[in-house]
Amino acid sequence: MDKIPILRMGSFLLVTIQVDLYDRLALNLEADLVQMVQKTNARGVLIDISAVSIVDSFMGRIIGNIASMSKILDAETVVVGMQPAVAITLIELGLPLKGVHTALNMEKGMDLLKSMIDTPEEEANDQPLDDFVAE
Amino acid sequence: MSFNTSQLLQKKKKYILELWMKNQLADEGLREDLISNEELRSQSEELINSLVGNLSSENVADINSDEWNPVIEILGGIAITRARQGFSPRETGSFVFSLKDALIQVLQEENKNDAKVLFAESLKISRIMDNLSIVTFETFIKGREEVILRQTDEIAEISTPVIRVWDGILALPIIGTLDSARTQIVMENLLQEIVETGSSIAILDISGVPAVDSLVAQHLIKTVSATRLMGAECIISGIRPEIAQTVVHLGIDLSNIITKSTLASALAYAFKAMKLEVRKTSTVLKSNF
Repeated sequence: MDKIPILRMGSFLLVTIQVDLYDRLALNLEADLVQMVQKTNARGVLIDISAVSIVDSFMGRIIGNIASMSKILDAETVVVGMQPAVAITLIELGLPLKGVHTALNMEKGMDLLKSMIDTPEEEANDQPLDDFVAE
Repeated sequence: MSFNTSQLLQKKKKYILELWMKNQLADEGLREDLISNEELRSQSEELINSLVGNLSSENVADINSDEWNPVIEILGGIAITRARQGFSPRETGSFVFSLKDALIQVLQEENKNDAKVLFAESLKISRIMDNLSIVTFETFIKGREEVILRQTDEIAEISTPVIRVWDGILALPIIGTLDSARTQIVMENLLQEIVETGSSIAILDISGVPAVDSLVAQHLIKTVSATRLMGAECIISGIRPEIAQTVVHLGIDLSNIITKSTLASALAYAFKAMKLEVRKTSTVLKSNF
């Protein structure tokens, strides 16, 4: 059975999805990831979906679920590298993925996570910057 | 149509053509600037040949019969060409109607003594020609609509440029009304450009959008959401006071979208978000002139 590897990097978890997700795989990923967040006490989850070209409403919901579950376990989720076609599909399906942070690529996603996790007191002071980061 | 009439028209083909050409040339709606007389003549001759050749006593009442297909095809071709060349509907219509006049005139000359036959045959000819003019108009309008559709496509294509205003900042001025099809093009162009340039901020400038209704607003929200999913931020700028008024009156919620009144303030916001600073230098640059 296929399994998507979850890598640990400091206080973050890295997931790169290299295959097209089918429902079973996505459900397993959701379960594994939540387990892993709890076990490693991770503060952030980075999901790279740059290789995913097909997405359906179920997949969109799974990503949303992962974000909400991680949030309850005090970890922020950032989805990076979404393809234009995938983004348009999700919007047309009516799934704007509220509550999920996004970034253009891995590097920017990492910066975003760091700014969210490491410097919470700075965010509170700098109001405009806070807006930008939270978007 | 009696056997005789169909034979008669066959025989008098040349004469009908002459009559028809005379009618057309006498018409004040003749457009010598758009079509030469020789061309007009060859068009007319082709149509008459096909019409007279396919006319028989069986198919006269039924325009849908297969024997009429070649005539309709020729007529359709002529109508489409005329639509593209810029003929008016009246000019195109008179092309067919003047043929009717010519045909009736021939019938009149041949059946001078028998009013009953003349009436019956004229009625039949009228019916055919009326049907043919309906076909002409249908094709003419179809040709015009094609022209309009092609122009719409062209406008949609040329009016969605994505401009790179700064390293990592894209601007997309939207001119004209936003409908679903255009939103799709705008969205695709923008997202593609975001991927290619790795930009983290996109400014959607709607100063050129004449009116924002709930549908347009929904399209804007969709574009902004899609940009956010890609990991970039989207600012809507160029919101005129009237547009702000309509948006609020319609009860559209734009509160979770960053909106600015001018492109300049959107750019200033983008600079701030990217931690860039634009400031006056203390020393004036010395130029050579």
